[in-house]
Amino acid sequence: MTVLENEAETAHKQGAMRLVAAPMLLLTLAIAGYFLFPDNLALLTRIIAISLLVLSIDLVTGICGVATLGQAAMFGAGAYAAGIGAAHFGITDPLAMTVVGAFGGALAGLLSGLVMLRAHGLPQLVLSIAVVHLFHEAANKASRWTGGSDGLTGITPSPLLGLFDFDLWGRTAYIYGVFLLLLTFVALRVIVSSPFGMLCRGIGEDATRIEAMGGDVRGTMLKMFVIAGFVAGTGGALGAISTQVVGLDTLSFALSAEALVMLVLGGAGSLYGALTGTVTFMWLEDVISAANPFHWMTIVGALLIAAVLFAPRGLYGAVEELAARIWGRR
Amino acid sequence: MNREPVFEAVGLQKNFGGVAVADNITLALYAGDRVALIGPNGAGKTTFVNLVTGNVAPSAGKVRLAGKDVMAESPAMRVRRGLVRTFQLTRLFQRMTVAEHVALAILQREGRTGRLVGNFRAMPNVLAEMREILATLDLSLVADRLVCELGYGQQRLVEIALALALKPKVLLLDEPTAGVPAGETARLESALDQLPPDLAVLMIEHDIDLVFRFARRVVVLDAGAVIFDGQPGDAAASAQVRRVYLGNFTDARHPA
Ligand SMILES: Nc1ncnc2c1ncn2[C@@H]1O[C@H](COP(=O)(O)OP(=O)(O)OP(=O)(O)O)[C@@H](O)[C@H]1O
Ligand SMILES: [Mg+2]
Repeated sequence: MTVLENEAETAHKQGAMRLVAAPMLLLTLAIAGYFLFPDNLALLTRIIAISLLVLSIDLVTGICGVATLGQAAMFGAGAYAAGIGAAHFGITDPLAMTVVGAFGGALAGLLSGLVMLRAHGLPQLVLSIAVVHLFHEAANKASRWTGGSDGLTGITPSPLLGLFDFDLWGRTAYIYGVFLLLLTFVALRVIVSSPFGMLCRGIGEDATRIEAMGGDVRGTMLKMFVIAGFVAGTGGALGAISTQVVGLDTLSFALSAEALVMLVLGGAGSLYGALTGTVTFMWLEDVISAANPFHWMTIVGALLIAAVLFAPRGLYGAVEELAARIWGRR
Repeated sequence: MNREPVFEAVGLQKNFGGVAVADNITLALYAGDRVALIGPNGAGKTTFVNLVTGNVAPSAGKVRLAGKDVMAESPAMRVRRGLVRTFQLTRLFQRMTVAEHVALAILQREGRTGRLVGNFRAMPNVLAEMREILATLDLSLVADRLVCELGYGQQRLVEIALALALKPKVLLLDEPTAGVPAGETARLESALDQLPPDLAVLMIEHDIDLVFRFARRVVVLDAGAVIFDGQPGDAAASAQVRRVYLGNFTDARHPA
């Protein structure tokens, strides 16, 4: 028994080590980004916000196996919740705005889950599209609160921790975004390897098998939708805080689809894949659309076809495979 | 001694396209039972399992576990009451290791799969139980392998490991040796011999030799109907059983 306990202890420490290593790498990249692209911090912050959306899709699609084209409903709900709180209720503290946004997203996640989990397969995908359209329409109609198609303005976040103003160069927003991403990433790593995470991975592979083990498939997935909503909502709130406006595009089908593309590009089912896909896609979008705004979509299309053909497990999956081949491990 | 059945199917009925695949099946199992369910291909054996687990809804009939009617309960709830099955074609998680399979089943049984923090590798009691199960099934050496890297014989053992980790009261084994290379069935059979003595086991199996070594009671199904329920020796002697199925008896080494 003591041997087992020791072993468990070691496993625990190793797990803790690995838990620290990944965020350190992220942090290093984030710092490099800060110094390499000081004039582009707004873009980097947007990449972080969208990363949170893509991570959220990964939870539902990559891990639980539910394809969705409506995840922006949760992202937009978070953005509007944070924005409306600031513009109409004077909740301008950025931390409070983030919490409001995260809970707004979680609520949207709950609603999406309640609707989507009534179906399977293709009908489920259609329901996800319906959900994001309904959210979009609701925000459009409630223009007194949301500003409708003009967008929600009048969001002025107060200084972070009462000390750091949200400056014109977007430094504070970027640093805050990096902090949010790191926190979320670590939390998701813990969740994915937890008993709940294992159950979700099992559901993603074979839900009937999980039922045959006594697992509550619907309840578990609903919980994952709420968690995913929380994450996407955090991303939405970060968007609202950093840009100080919220538009209907945050609640759009187009954003949902684009984010799903980023996930597939990077590699669904892995948190690193989600991040890799988002950074690659958005960085390329920025570079290519600046050079040639007309052919941006053509290049995205070609890129996607190449990814699906040559790296079916996404860019991160391909890198993993390459590393395995080099080091001769599994 | 308590002789209340742990499992009862009463008058189960199911038609697929007008053809009865379960025809008024009534069957009771008691703690410690070792029952073999045999019958020709397409007799409705797997369908019977699906009906009692709740994966297929019967058009008539009832299932009771320890005297309680469970018809209104979901498949998962029936599992939590101790009704566990294995699959004729292995259904495992290709991206999970053997250890993860067993740990997930243990955590599920203990109602701990809702927890968002912690890892089974840091849970001594889960590890201890997992080790024990893997050792009984001779799987210790492959604990950290993905199931897709195992041979089919070992995958069948993982199916049984999953079932055992759920600590069932009633275990339904759907052809545990199907697809297992001849050299590896001994390992499976010794696993079957080591099943907990008070567990009620219903095993579907085409390997008649194995059936006769394992079962103390044989149920024969033909076209969805129970045509025999009794001692293995009497089954072999029954003309009707021979006619529908046990022609195989004569060359029992070559199961249908
Ligand atoms: N979902 C279904 N829809 C229609 N027919 C089905 C369905 N499932 C099974 N059947 C039919 O019901 C009959 C019984 O099938 P079942 O799988 O229960 O047989 P079995 O006794 O397990 O056979 P085997 O020994 O080959 O495993 C077969 O004729 C099969 O084709
Ligand atoms: Mg069958």
